[in-house]
Amino acid sequence: MTDVVIECRDLTKQYGAFTAVDHLNLTVRKGEIFGLLGPNGAGKTTTILMLLGLTEPTSGSVKVLGLDPARQPLSVKARVGYLPDQVGFYDHLTARENLHYIAKLNGIREPELSKRINEALDQVGLSNVADRRVKTFSRGMRQRLGVAEILIKQPQLIIMDEPTLALDPEAVREFLDLIRQLKASGITILLSSHLLQQVQAVCDRVGLFHQGRMVLEGTVGELAQRVLGGAYRIHVEAEGGDAVAAALRALPDVVQVSANGSRYNVEARADLRAEIARKVIEAGGKLLGLSVDTPSLDEVYARYFQKGAAYAARA
Amino acid sequence: MQHARSLAPARQREGSPWTGLWAVVAKEMADYLTSARMMILEALILLTAFGTVYAASQNLRAGAGTSDDFLFLRLFTTAREPLPAFVGFLGLLVPLLAIALAFDSINGEFNQRTLSKVLAQPIYRDALLLGKFLAGLGTLALALTAIWLLIIGMGLLQLGVPPSGEETVRMLWFLLITIFYGGIWLALAMLFSIIFRQPATAALAAIAVWLFFTVFWGIIASLLARTLQPAPPGDTQALINQIQLELLLTRLSPNTLFSEVALAMLNPAVRALGIVLPIQLHNAIPGTPLPAGQSILLTWPHATGLIAATIVLFAIGYILFQRQEVRA
Ligand SMILES: Nc1ncnc2c1ncn2[C@@H]1O[C@H](COP(=O)(O)OP(=O)(O)OP(=O)(O)O)[C@@H](O)[C@H]1O
Ligand SMILES: [Mg+2]
Repeated sequence: MTDVVIECRDLTKQYGAFTAVDHLNLTVRKGEIFGLLGPNGAGKTTTILMLLGLTEPTSGSVKVLGLDPARQPLSVKARVGYLPDQVGFYDHLTARENLHYIAKLNGIREPELSKRINEALDQVGLSNVADRRVKTFSRGMRQRLGVAEILIKQPQLIIMDEPTLALDPEAVREFLDLIRQLKASGITILLSSHLLQQVQAVCDRVGLFHQGRMVLEGTVGELAQRVLGGAYRIHVEAEGGDAVAAALRALPDVVQVSANGSRYNVEARADLRAEIARKVIEAGGKLLGLSVDTPSLDEVYARYFQKGAAYAARA
Repeated sequence: MQHARSLAPARQREGSPWTGLWAVVAKEMADYLTSARMMILEALILLTAFGTVYAASQNLRAGAGTSDDFLFLRLFTTAREPLPAFVGFLGLLVPLLAIALAFDSINGEFNQRTLSKVLAQPIYRDALLLGKFLAGLGTLALALTAIWLLIIGMGLLQLGVPPSGEETVRMLWFLLITIFYGGIWLALAMLFSIIFRQPATAALAAIAVWLFFTVFWGIIASLLARTLQPAPPGDTQALINQIQLELLLTRLSPNTLFSEVALAMLNPAVRALGIVLPIQLHNAIPGTPLPAGQSILLTWPHATGLIAATIVLFAIGYILFQRQEVRA
C-alpha cells in the first residue's frame, strides 16, 4: 500500500460542458517510470495539473504520495517536482539565481541551499554556465536547468510534461540517460510525451489517453499484445519461389504472409523464426535473412488510432 | 458548482497562506530595483525633485526675512515659472511609477511561462500576489524616501536651517500618504495585469484610468453635480448642496484625495478641507497655522480612503487570480 505513489479514482475534470478528463483510474508505484501518451488535447496536461493541485478535479479522488493535492497542496508540492511543458525562466537572472529563487520558495536555507544548487547544477552539467544569464541559454540548456530546479527540492516524484519537446536527438539521448539515473536513485517518474520511441525506451509502463479517458495501460509488450493481437512481424529473405511462400503459409500460428520478390513479411502469433528457417530449407529454398520486429509503441499507437472507434467502444 | 464546493465544511487549507512570502518579496524587490524602467522613472523623479526644489529654494532665499516658520514645507509647494511646484509633479509621477512597477507583474509570469512552475512550489497563490504587491510598495517607499531625504538635504544646504519638529512630522505624514497613494495605482495596475494577458494592454488600461481621473473626472464631477443638484440663481442653499455634491464626487478620485492631503499637510494655515478647495496650493488661505496633529486628523479620512480603495482593488485581483487557470 505504501509503495503506491499516484492513485487516481474516477478522476474527472470538466470545463463547462466539456469533459477534459473522464473517470480516470491510474496507479503508479514507487520507482516506476510511467509514460502518458495520447494525441493533442487528450487530457494529459489536465491530469498532471490535478495531480499537483493546480487545478481542482470536478469529481473523483487523487492521492499523491498518500496525500490529497487539493487539501494538502503544500506537502504535495514540497515532495513533487514538476517540469511544465515549455518551462520558462527569469531570463534576466542567471541560472544560479533562478535556482536560488526556487530553493527559497521551498524553504531551503543556507548552507544547505548553496550545496544543493551546486549539486543540481553538476548533475545536469550546467556548472560552467551557472553564472550566465538564462536568456543566453539554448533550448537544451533550459531544459536541463528545468531539471535542476526539480532536483534541488530532492523530490520523491517527478512529473514532466513533454520534456523532450524541441530537443535535438543527442540532447534527447542525454535526457533519457538522466531519467534513468533518477530512476536508479529511487525516484518515481511520470512523463507525458509524443515521442513514442523515447517513451518506449525509458518507461516501465505506459498509459494511452484518448478524449480524456485512459484507453490502454500496461507495459509496451502488453499493449502490443492487445492492440496488435500479439502479432510478431517476421522478415524473411529467401530464394525458392512459390514453394517457400506455400511452406510459410502452411505453418501453424501464421496469420498472414505477404511477398515482395524474395522478401516475405510474415505476421504470426508467436516468434516462429526457428520453424521458418527449417521450413524454408525443407522446401528447398535458400535462406538469406531472417529477423523479427520487436513490437513498437509507434505501431501500437498507429494501429490503435486506425481502429480507434472500435476500441473506444470497447473501453 | 464552484460555489457548492466552497460551502463544503472543514475545507481547511494546510499551512500558512504566507509560506514563501518573503522569498517572493526579496526576489521581486531585487528585480524592481535593478530594472531599467524603474531606474528611468526614478531618475525622472529625482530630476524633477532637484529642479523644482532648487527653484523653490532660490525663491525662498530671495524672499528671506519674511517670517515664515515653514520654509521646508515651502520647498514642496513653491512654484517658480514655468515649473509647477514639486507636489504637482508628485501627483502625476507617483501613479506613473506605480503603474510601471506592476502592469506586467502577473501576466509577465504567464508570458514567461514561469507561473505554473512557481505555483508548483510549496506556496499558495496568496503569497505570490501579496509578495509582489509588498515588493512594489517597498520599492515605492524606498524611492520616495530617498527623494524626501534629497529634498531635506537640499533644504539644509540652501536654507541653512534644520527642519523643525512640526515640519518633520508633516513631511513624514505626507511621505506616508504619498506611498499609500502609490499603493492604489500599484493595486490597480496589478489588477489589470491579472485581467489582461498582454502587458501592453494592462499598462494602457491603467494609464487610461489615471488620465481619466487626472483630466476628466473634475469636469465630469461638476457636470454630474449640476445635473443632479441644480441650483437656480439666488438659491444659496442649493448652490452649497451642489458644491458639496461635487466635492463628494471629486473625492472619489485618488488624485483629489492626494492633493487635499498635500494641501493640508504642507500648508499649516489650511484649517478645513471643505467647500473651499483651492487647486493651486500657493494661493492658500492666510490664517494661524494648525498644529501638525490637527492636520493629521484633518487628513485621516483621506488616508483611510486611500488604504480602503487599495484593499478593495487588491481583493478583487486576489479573487480573480485564485480562479485563474495556471496554464497559458
Ligand atoms: N481552461 C480550459 N477551458 C476549457 N477547456 C480547456 C481548458 N484547458 C484545457 N481545456 C481542454 O481540455 C482538453 C485537454 O487538454 P490538455 O491540455 O490536458 O491536453 P493534452 O493531452 O495535454 O494535449 P497536448 O498533447 O496538446 O499537450 C483540451 O481539449 C483542451 O482544449
Ligand atoms: Mg499537454
